[in-house]
Amino acid sequence: MILLIIAVSVASFVLISVSPIDPLQANIGQAALGSMSAEQIEKLQAYWGVGTPAYQRFFSWAADFFRGDMGISLLYRQPVADVIKVKLANSLYLMTIAWLISGIIGFIMGIIAGINKGRFIDKAIKGYSLLIASTPAFWLALVLLMVFAVWLQILPIGLSVPIGVEASGVTFADKIQHAILPAVTLSITGISNITLHTREKMIEIMESDYVLFSRARGESTYNIIKNHGIRNVMLPAITLQFGSISEIFGGSVLVEQIFSYPGLGQAAVTAGLGSDVPLLLGITVISAVFVFGGNLIANILYGIIDPRIRRGGKLS
Amino acid sequence: MENKKTILDIHNFSVSFEQYGSGFKKTTLPVIHNLDITVHQGEMVAIVGSSGSGKSLLAHGILGIQPYNATLGGEIIYNGEVLTEERKKALRGSEIVLVPQGTSYLDPLMKVGPQVLKGKNDKKLKERLDKIFKGYNLRDNVYNLYPFELSGGMNRRIMVSTAMMAQPKLVVADEPTPGLHMEMAKKVMSHFRELADNGAGVLVITHDLEQAIEVADRIVVFYAGTTLEDADVKDFEKEETLRHPYTKALWRAMPKNGFKFIDGIQPYVKAMPEGCVFGPRCPHFTEECKCAIPYKNVKDGRVRCIKAEEN
Repeated sequence: MILLIIAVSVASFVLISVSPIDPLQANIGQAALGSMSAEQIEKLQAYWGVGTPAYQRFFSWAADFFRGDMGISLLYRQPVADVIKVKLANSLYLMTIAWLISGIIGFIMGIIAGINKGRFIDKAIKGYSLLIASTPAFWLALVLLMVFAVWLQILPIGLSVPIGVEASGVTFADKIQHAILPAVTLSITGISNITLHTREKMIEIMESDYVLFSRARGESTYNIIKNHGIRNVMLPAITLQFGSISEIFGGSVLVEQIFSYPGLGQAAVTAGLGSDVPLLLGITVISAVFVFGGNLIANILYGIIDPRIRRGGKLS
Repeated sequence: MENKKTILDIHNFSVSFEQYGSGFKKTTLPVIHNLDITVHQGEMVAIVGSSGSGKSLLAHGILGIQPYNATLGGEIIYNGEVLTEERKKALRGSEIVLVPQGTSYLDPLMKVGPQVLKGKNDKKLKERLDKIFKGYNLRDNVYNLYPFELSGGMNRRIMVSTAMMAQPKLVVADEPTPGLHMEMAKKVMSHFRELADNGAGVLVITHDLEQAIEVADRIVVFYAGTTLEDADVKDFEKEETLRHPYTKALWRAMPKNGFKFIDGIQPYVKAMPEGCVFGPRCPHFTEECKCAIPYKNVKDGRVRCIKAEEN
């Protein structure tokens, strides 16, 4: 995991190094740069380390990062760590809600569809999932925005808190109200993937020899699902659920942009467009930590839940 | 044996699949056809046939767990009454039990004890299971182990235990021994013998003729989806007492009887020969055999060959 994060930071650093971002231009602006004298420019170049080789810059950045200093965001004029903390808090509860909703609903719908393979309910769920899976998240976000915020006007059009209200005056209900649309968008797009995978796995289980044998032993369908279905579909579902963290992260970039929701996704877009290298790098690494962390948790859970891994080692 | 009650009487049984060939042409594949078997109380009948002859399908058909696209034909009489799909559903797992082929029929993620008890937490049932396990030389801790932690032989005994738990009247065992060494296979077979001796009708499906002769009361020879001969196990002592040319060929193929094989292969469902299914490989095949061959009684047994004589 640590190796992976190092690899990600190196890769993103290399990409940024070869990109045509000029720290001077990004910070001072084209116009100001033109009116400066050569000495001033040279001074600034030295300050921003323009001449230094990329690997030196990387090591000094990495060393600082390791100590917890991610640098100063150029756009927010605040330490990157603080910016990420605020944005992450905003995003995290949005993403957690979406992650849980899509996971639970997707799992249940997948099981229902898988058990009733070929029947109407399965076709309906499958059709819905395929439809949603082929719908771009941003488009769905726009549609929801149009319906609920513009036409029905029951939910706010954007942002995470009401406009023109002091921070102290923002209630928890306000926050929830503002999170509904983005969270729902993220959930809806996340559900289809989980549903389709769970359904596929469930069908496989229902056609397995051990389910056939349970049926031969007179077990009811309900009993079969309770005893064998959920037990066996749980493992792939967990991998899928923790693997889907990356998708929720990716989706949040688009969705937050559309709902002007001040989260990590939007910050990433702003940082990218505004050439805010420290912030962009910080966000990349932190996102990588979450995604890899999710996969790591899935791996560990596998070892706890699957008896073949848990007890396999002991018996030799 | 003769005065014992008939527990299972399968008559003119068939299993067929509908298949879509090229150009949306629907063809029916009769994988099993004209199958006749009877099993009496306390009797162990072995169905012997080579791989790919549709034996498992027969077992699943009796239990009502055939694939959804399979169509069953003919008649199954269980305990004097027609065994309908509803009746199969009601009786399977209690009066009629299946002992399946391999370990893949056990849930890999469920401990074997609870699995045999179908997830029920019942003290009385557990006590019964403990006794059964003990009888099969399975240690107490087996209850809390997963199938992957047990040997192949132990897993088979677990599957036989599931049958014992139900106190069945009819046991259908589908290839219970392949992959086991001789000792173990004999032991597993002896468990079925016990079930039969305790009064259940046992139908063992196997490809091992030698083993079948050792434990069964009667042998039914299965070939290309149908039954060719129904003979008492005593008839297998000599070639002359056997009725069908295929059974005789099987007999000669046994190691102690010369290890001689006949040419040819079992016909594929889609390319069934006209008349007798064994015709193309039969040394006595004539024009007369190109008709529907009846299953006739010859010398206390039954045979599907028009040339078999009473003498």
